Amino acid sequence: MLTVVAIVFFGRLALNLFVWQAEYPLAAPFAKLFTSEPFERRDLVTYAVTCIFGAAWIVTGLVLEEAVYGVLGTVVLLFVGLGLLRRAILQRFPDLPYAQIFIACGIAFALFFPIVSYALESVFHLGLPLRYWFDLSILILTYVMLGWGLNIVVGLAGLLDLGYVAFYAVGAYTFALLATHFGFGFWMCLPIAGAAAALWGVILGFPVLRLRGDYLAIVTLAFGEIVRIVLLNWTEVTGGPNGIAGIPKPTFFGLPFSPFAEGMTFSKFFGVPYDGLYALIFLYYVILVLALLTNLVTLRLRRLPVGRAWEAMREDEIACRSLGINTTLTKLSAFATGAMFGGLAGCFFATRQGFVSPESFTFIESAIILAIVVLGGMGSQLGVAIAAVVMVGGFEALRHTAGLQAIFGDEFDPALYRMLLFGIAMVGIMVWRPRGLVSSRAPTIALGDADTISGDLVRQGRG
Amino acid sequence: MSASLLALESVTAAYGRLPVLHDVSLQVRPGDIVSLIGANGAGKSTTMMTICGRPRASRGRVLFDGADITRCPTHEIARLGICQAPEGRRIFGRMTVMENLQMGAIVANAPDGFEADLARVFALFPRLKDRASQRGGTLSGGEQQMLAIARALMGRPKLLLLDEPSLGLAPLVVKQIFEAIKALNADGLTVFLVEQNAYHALKLADRGYVMVNGRITMTGTGAELLASEDVRSAYLDGAASEAEEPVSS
Repeated sequence: MLTVVAIVFFGRLALNLFVWQAEYPLAAPFAKLFTSEPFERRDLVTYAVTCIFGAAWIVTGLVLEEAVYGVLGTVVLLFVGLGLLRRAILQRFPDLPYAQIFIACGIAFALFFPIVSYALESVFHLGLPLRYWFDLSILILTYVMLGWGLNIVVGLAGLLDLGYVAFYAVGAYTFALLATHFGFGFWMCLPIAGAAAALWGVILGFPVLRLRGDYLAIVTLAFGEIVRIVLLNWTEVTGGPNGIAGIPKPTFFGLPFSPFAEGMTFSKFFGVPYDGLYALIFLYYVILVLALLTNLVTLRLRRLPVGRAWEAMREDEIACRSLGINTTLTKLSAFATGAMFGGLAGCFFATRQGFVSPESFTFIESAIILAIVVLGGMGSQLGVAIAAVVMVGGFEALRHTAGLQAIFGDEFDPALYRMLLFGIAMVGIMVWRPRGLVSSRAPTIALGDADTISGDLVRQGRG
Repeated sequence: MSASLLALESVTAAYGRLPVLHDVSLQVRPGDIVSLIGANGAGKSTTMMTICGRPRASRGRVLFDGADITRCPTHEIARLGICQAPEGRRIFGRMTVMENLQMGAIVANAPDGFEADLARVFALFPRLKDRASQRGGTLSGGEQQMLAIARALMGRPKLLLLDEPSLGLAPLVVKQIFEAIKALNADGLTVFLVEQNAYHALKLADRGYVMVNGRITMTGTGAELLASEDVRSAYLDGAASEAEEPVSS
C-alpha cells in the first residue's frame, strides 16, 4: 500500500519538477475543473494520467481484494469525471436555473428514496442496509427541520439563540407526559407540543426583549441549561435522569404498526406480512412532511409583513421602530414561531425514540443546530438543508471508514476525531465562505427580474 | 400657535443622568419647512429622537395634531403619521430597494395605495426605480439617502422628520436632496429638518431654530436667520465665535 502511494507521489513530483517545471503547480489542472478557463494540452494529460492511476488502483484493489485501493481509485475517478461533466454542462447550458434544478432533484430524491430502495430490496434482495439508511435519513431530516426552525430566529430575525434545544426538549416532554399520563396519541399531541414550545418561546422572549448579540446569546444559553437541569431534577414529573419510557409510536390513521397491537393493525388492514420497515418508512415521511411544512411556512412568512419585519429588524432595529414596527411583538413572534417548530421536532423525536431523557437535550445539540444554520448561510433555506446533510451525514460517514483504518492501523477510530474534523471544517468554511455555504439572499419582491447578489458584497447588517 | 402640527413645550430630556435638552420649545405649523440647526453635540438629533419617544421627555410635553404623544411608544408615534428618515440613513442593507420601500409602507394602512405611492416616490427619485431590485447596501450614499426619504414617504406621513439628510454627501447630491424636499413641501407636506448644513437648511426653511448646548438660542424665519450676524459667523463662515448668548428676533 505505502509503496504504491509513494510511487504515485514521487512520480507526480518528478513529472512536476522535470517535465512541466515549477510554474505549473500540481493542483492547477484540478482547480481548473471549478472554473471556466480553457484547457491546455498538459491539463488533459494530467487528467488522463490521473484516471489511469485511478483505474489501476481499482484493478489492484480487485486483484488483492483490498477495499482501500478500490475506494481511493473510485474517488479519484469520480472527482475528475464529475468535474469534467460539470464543466461540460455549464459550458453547453450556461443559463439553466441550476439552483432550482438542484432543489427539485433534492426534493424528488427525498420523496422517492425510501419507496424506491424498499421496492428494489424486496424485488432483488440486494441485502441493502435499509433499516440503517432509514434511521440515518430520519435523523438528518430531524436536523434539517431543527435547522430551518432555528433559521427563523437566527437567520431571519437575527436573534442569536444558543438554547434552541430547550424548545426541542419542551416538545418532546410535552408529548411524553401527555402520552404516558393521559394516553394521548402522537397526532393529537403534535399541535399541543408545538403550542407549548411556542408558549415557552414567548416566556423566554419577554425577559430578553432588550438584549442583542452576545448578551442575548448568554441568556438563551442559560435558558437551555435551566430547562435541561429542571428536567433532570424534577424527578416526580420527568423521571429525572431515568427519563420517560414507553412513549407510543405514531399510528397510520389509527392503525398501529406493531405486530403485537390488539385489533386492526397496519399489516392486517392492507393484507401484507408484518415488516418493521413500514413503521420506519412512515416515520420518514412524517418528518419529511414536517420539515417541508417548516420550510413552506418560512418561505410564505418571508413574503408577509411579519417576515419582512423580522428581516428588517435583523438589519436595523432602530430604523424599524421609526417606521412604525412594534419590535416587541416582532421579536416575540420570531421566538414563538421558531420555538414552535422546535417543539414539533421534539414531539417527533419522542415518538421515534419511544424514550426521552435530559441527556438528549444537552448544549452540544444547540451548538450543532446553530452550526448547521451558520454554516448553511444564515437565512438561506437551501444552505441549511445542505449543511444538515453534510454535518449529520458526514459525522455518520466517519463511522464507515475501513479505508482510513487500513491506512492508519486497526486501532484508528475516526469517530473519535469527529470534533476535531468538525472544528477544522468550521474554520475552513469561515475562512473561505464567511457568509456560509449559500450566502445569497433571494429578494421577496421585485420589479421585473429578480437578481441575487452574494451577501459578500453587502456590508454586515448591523446598522 | 394653536394651529401647530407639532409642538414641543418646555421639553427636557436626558440620556440616563446626562441631561441633553433643556426647556426646548418649538412649533411646526402645517405646510411649513422648519429647520433646526446647530453644532455637533448641540442636541439636534436628540430633539428629533425625543419627538419619537426615545429618549422620553422627562419634563414638558410633545403635542402632535393637538394630542399629547409624550408617553406614546415609538411605533405608535410612527403610526400617527410622523415618519422619519433617521440620521445615518439606516436603510436595510441586505434587503432590496423595493423591500425597503415595502417596509416603509407598513404604517400607511392603505393596502391598495402601495402602487400609487410607489409611482409617486419613483417620480421624485427616478434613480431609485433603476435600482429597484438592488440591495440597499450596494447603493451610493446619495441613493441611500434618497431611499431613506422615499421609505419614510411610503408611510404617507403628515409630518416628515429628516435628520441630517446632507450627511456625508457631495455638494451636488445635497442640492438634489434639498430640491426634492422643496418639491415635497410644495405638494403640501410638512417637513421638520435637522441640519448642520445651515445654509441649505435655512434657505429652504419657513422657520428656523438655532440650538446651542441643548437650548434653543435663536428663532426666526429662515431668511432672518440667514441674515443674522451671529448665525453667519457661527455656522456659515466657519469661524468660531460666541453664539452662546440668546438672541431672539
